Amino acid sequence: MAFRSAPDFSWIKPDPHGIFVEPCNAWIDPSKPVQTALVTHGHADHARGGHGKVFATRETIAIMNLRYGGAGHDVTVPMREPVELGSGVTATYYPAGHVLGSAQILLERAGERVVVTGDYKRRFDPTCEPFEVVRCDVFITEATFGLPVFRHPSIGEEMQKLLDARAQRPDGCVAVGAYALGKAQRVIAELRRAGYHDPIYLHGALEKMCALYEELGVPLGELRSATGLKKDELKGQIVLCPPSALNDRWSRRLPDPVTAMASGWMKVRQRARQRNVELPLVISDHCDWDELTQTIREVNPAETWVTHGREEALLRWCQLNQRRARALAMVGYEDEDD
Amino acid sequence: MRAFAMLVDRLTYTNSRNAKLDLIADYLRATPDPDRGWALAALTGALDFPAVKSSTIRNLLTERVDPVLYALSRDYVGDTAETASLLWPAPDDQSQADEPSLSEVVDLLRAMTRSSVMSDLPRLLDRLDGNGRYALLKFATGAMRIGVSARLARVAFAQAFDVSVDEVEEYWHGVDPPYPTLFAWAADGAPPPRTDLVPLFRPFMLAHPLDETVVSMDDYAAEWKWDGIRVQLVHVNGDTRVYSRSGDDISATFPEMAQALDFPAVLDGELLVRGSHQGGEDNDRTQGGAASFNALQQRLGRKTVSKKMLKEAPAFVRLYDVLLRDGEDLRELGWATRREHLELLMERLDPERFDLSRLIEADSFEALAAIREGARDDAIEGVMLKRRDAPYVSGRRTGLWYKWKRNPLLIDCVLMYAQRGSGKRSSFYSDFTFGCWDGDPDNGGELLPVGKAYFGFTDDELKWLDRHVRQNTVNRFGPVRETDKSLVLEVAFDSVHESKRHKSGVAMRFPRINRIREDKPAHEADLIATLRAMIRD
Repeated sequence: MAFRSAPDFSWIKPDPHGIFVEPCNAWIDPSKPVQTALVTHGHADHARGGHGKVFATRETIAIMNLRYGGAGHDVTVPMREPVELGSGVTATYYPAGHVLGSAQILLERAGERVVVTGDYKRRFDPTCEPFEVVRCDVFITEATFGLPVFRHPSIGEEMQKLLDARAQRPDGCVAVGAYALGKAQRVIAELRRAGYHDPIYLHGALEKMCALYEELGVPLGELRSATGLKKDELKGQIVLCPPSALNDRWSRRLPDPVTAMASGWMKVRQRARQRNVELPLVISDHCDWDELTQTIREVNPAETWVTHGREEALLRWCQLNQRRARALAMVGYEDEDD
Repeated sequence: MRAFAMLVDRLTYTNSRNAKLDLIADYLRATPDPDRGWALAALTGALDFPAVKSSTIRNLLTERVDPVLYALSRDYVGDTAETASLLWPAPDDQSQADEPSLSEVVDLLRAMTRSSVMSDLPRLLDRLDGNGRYALLKFATGAMRIGVSARLARVAFAQAFDVSVDEVEEYWHGVDPPYPTLFAWAADGAPPPRTDLVPLFRPFMLAHPLDETVVSMDDYAAEWKWDGIRVQLVHVNGDTRVYSRSGDDISATFPEMAQALDFPAVLDGELLVRGSHQGGEDNDRTQGGAASFNALQQRLGRKTVSKKMLKEAPAFVRLYDVLLRDGEDLRELGWATRREHLELLMERLDPERFDLSRLIEADSFEALAAIREGARDDAIEGVMLKRRDAPYVSGRRTGLWYKWKRNPLLIDCVLMYAQRGSGKRSSFYSDFTFGCWDGDPDNGGELLPVGKAYFGFTDDELKWLDRHVRQNTVNRFGPVRETDKSLVLEVAFDSVHESKRHKSGVAMRFPRINRIREDKPAHEADLIATLRAMIRD
C-alpha cells in the first residue's frame, strides 16, 4: 500500500536495517554497526554496540555505557534542542514515554518534518517523561500491539492483582518476570505508588540497571539482592527477575513461588499459558490499540509509516480512516520484548 | 456466572494437576444446584447449543468490527472465543447487578434458535464482563481448552464429595446435565443413579505404548491391533447402541450393527467394513476379510446411510472382549476367563456381523516380535498385549494392556506453507504443509503438496520452525505463509492411499513431523512416485 505523493520525503530511506537519513549519512536505531547512529532508547534491539558515533539522550547514553562499556564518541542530545546533523538536516529529541531516556526523533529538512517514534506509550509512567505530540508531515510509528484485541487495563488494577497474590501467600513468594530495562523499574515504582514500602528483592541481572535508574534520579525505595538468601527470608516477599529466569533453575531457590509476568502479551491467555505464567500482569511499555490510533489522530500527519509489529492491522485502520500509510518491513526489532 | 468465569480464569493459569483438582472441588462444594451441575457439564464438554456456532460468533463480530481487523485478530490470537471476548464492544452502562447466573445463561442459550441468536446472544454478552464473555463463548461453542480434561473434572467431582471415581465413571454416562441425581448421591447420600435400565456406555479399557518394555508370553496374550474404529455395543431392554471410543452414540451411522445384537450384553471390538484387505489372506474361515480404513472412512460421520452403502460396504465388528452378558458383570474376571465367555458367545451372534479377534500364537516375546515384523497386512496397526489375569478396567492402567504399533513409514518432504496454530500453539507457525517432487527437481520437477501436519515436533523444534517460517517467507495469502521451500522435513505416517481430492493423487494417514532435516538440500527430498509405491490398497 505505497502511496506516492509530492513531496515524497526521499531524503528519508527506510531500510530493513533501520531508517537511513541520506543527506547526512546517519541511521536511526540501526540493527548493524554504522558510522553515525541516532538512538531512540536503550533497549538492545534499538541500541546496538559498535557504532562510530552515537547521538542519544543523557540517560540512553548512560544505559548504553552500562551495557556495552564506554563507546567514546557519544553526543548527548538534550530534549527539545535541535542538533545540526549537516547537509541541512536537524534532529530534535522529544520524550517518548517508553523507558527512562526514551525519545522520539524529529528530523527537519527544507521545511519537511518527519518524526520517528522508536517505541512509545501514552500512559503515565513514574520512571520517565511522558510522550509529547509533535506536529509532523510523516509520522513513523511502531505497532507492537497494533491489533484491536490489545487494550491494556489500568496499571492500578494489575498492581492490585500483584499485591493480592502476595497477601494470599504468606508462606510463599511472588516471582515477577520483567525486562531488566524499564519494565522492572516501572513495576517497582508503581508498587511504591500503590503504597508498598517493604523491601523488593532482585535477581542479580536487574541490580545494576535499578542502581543506574536511582543514580539518574528515579527513586525505587529499598531494594535487596535475592542472591544468596535462605528460602525462609523470601517468604511473603515480591521478587523481580528477568522473564527467562522464571522457568529456570534460578527459581528453585524461591519458597513456593507464584509465577507472574509483567508484559503486554499477557492479554492473550494462550500466550500466558505458553510461558507457564500463573499470574499474568498486563503491563506494557508500548501503546495499545487505542493509544496508537489516538496518537495518529492527534499528530495528524500527512502520512504514517509503520516500522514493526502488527503493521497490517494498523495500515487497515489508516485505510478505513482515509489516512495515507505504508509498512516499512523493518527487521531485527524484537516484538517479544515488552 | 462470575464465580464460574473466575474458576475458568484461574484454571487457565494453573499448571499443577492437584491445584486444578482443588479449584474445581472447592467450586463444586461452594456452589448451589443447578449452577454447579451446569459448570460440571461445561468442564466435561457435555453442553451443546446448536444455535451457537463459531460462525455465529464470527458473524456477530464482523457486524461490529471491521472484518479485516477481526480476521487479523483471530489469526493472531488463535481462538475465536477469546478473540471475540477481547473485541466485544462493552456497553458503557454495564451494571453488575444485572449479571446473570450460570443457570440463567444456560437457559437463555438453550432457548436461542438460529433466527433469534443474532439478537439474543449480543444482549447476553452485554451483561457480562470480559472474563464472563470468554467463559460463555468457550462453553457455548464446545471445547473449553483450559487444560482440564473431562476425566480430570470427574476426578475433581469425586474428590469434592469424597466418593469413588470409578463409581462416578460408572454412573456418568447414564445421567444428564445438570446431574441432579449424581449430586444428590455424592453430596447428600441419596441412592446412586440407576444404571441397569438404559444402554449405558462404559469407558473403554486402553493400552499404554510398549516402548522398551519386554513381557513374558506366559503372562500376556497377543492379538492384532486392527485398523478400524474401536466400538462398544450395548444392548439393554431391547435397545442396542453403538458407541465410539469417546462415548458418542454412532448407532445411526451403522444401523446394521444396531440391529445385530439382540440379547443383553456389552461387547468391545473393532468396527470394520467387509473387503478382501484386512486378514483376507488367511484361510482361517473364522475370520473374513475387511476393507482398508479408507473404505471405512467413507461411512464415518454420516447421519443417514443409503441402501447402496449398506450393500457395498457392510460393517461388522471383530470382537475383543465382553464386559456384561445376560445381566452378569464380567469385568472383575481375568482376561483369560472373559475370553472363554466371549468364545462361547460367538454361537449366539450372526457371523455376518461379528467375528472373533484371533489370538497370535507365539511361544516367546522374540517369536512375537518376528511375527509382528513379518506382518505386511496394511490393515494391521500393530500388536496388542493383554495381561491374562487383568480385569476390565476403564482408562489406561499401567501393566495391564500394551499396544505395540508397527514402525511408521517415513518420507522426506519439503516445507511449503505454514499457518498459525491454535490453543497451545497459538501464534506459532505450527501447521505445516509439505510437498514432494512430481519429477526430477533438476529437470523441471515441481513440488506438489502431499500432506499437512501440526505435531510430532518438540517445543524447541516448534520455536525453531516458527522462526524458520518467519525468516523465510516469500509470500502471504491471508493467514498462510509460503516459505522459500528450502527446508526438508522427515514425515512419519501410518499409511498412504489414493486420493482424488488431492492434486498429488495421494493422501497420508496420521502424518507427523518426525525430524527436521537441516542437513538435507531440498532437491534431495523424495518424489511423489516414492510415496505412491507405498500404497497398499
